[in-house]
Amino acid sequence: MRVQLRYFAALREALGSGEACDVPEGQTLGQLRDLLIARGGPHAQVLARGRAVRCAINQTMADESAGLTPGAEVAFFPPVTGG
Amino acid sequence: MTRVSIQTQDFDLGAEVARLRAGDGGVGAVASFVGTVRERSDGQQVSAMELEHYPGMTEAAIEAMIDEAMARFDIRAARVVHRVGLLQAGDQIVLVAVTSAHRGQAFQACEFLMDYLKTQAPFWKKETTPAGAHWVDARVADDQALARWGIAAGNAGSLAPASAP
Repeated sequence: MRVQLRYFAALREALGSGEACDVPEGQTLGQLRDLLIARGGPHAQVLARGRAVRCAINQTMADESAGLTPGAEVAFFPPVTGG
Repeated sequence: MTRVSIQTQDFDLGAEVARLRAGDGGVGAVASFVGTVRERSDGQQVSAMELEHYPGMTEAAIEAMIDEAMARFDIRAARVVHRVGLLQAGDQIVLVAVTSAHRGQAFQACEFLMDYLKTQAPFWKKETTPAGAHWVDARVADDQALARWGIAAGNAGSLAPASAP
């Protein structure tokens, strides 16, 4: 199935604003992160385990155990620093 | 009226509070908070700041925070304005304003909304200093501020920030 990736702040600078991504059915957000890390290059660097990365599915904060659904908008970004 | 605005332009505290109070004779208290760009950060001169957000999610997240504040506190109305884009030292960044019948609930709801926004609303700050531009790190103290309201933040965490290499 296909999901739409989006990146913000430092992740956007390293990876661009986002792309469509094909993932196997039944994957979790954490498994998608691992899949992106396995691409190597800048993905592996900025999404590496040990880096503080927050995620959202369909514009709602989500943790890595959350399941993906076809067509979902999946965002990765650093801890937030507004206010 | 609109409860949440994400905008590049500046805001006027007086005008915002006047709109929030208008037509509600039950208001006996207004509490507001305005956040501004400090000219120094960690000892470094800050010449400018750039603010990024997640269009759609940011507005929805703050709307949900206002719903939560309305449920927790005896308040009458709330308004949040947050600027994005390029800001200069001294500029206003964020406004939270709350009305209630008596001051206690307005003070509390205003602080609750700011604490919530700091760790759960998708905004990112990039500061320009003489040493270059860098993304601002999340602060554990902000997570602790939200924890006082019984909400686990988990924003700053203990992991290194995800800055680009």
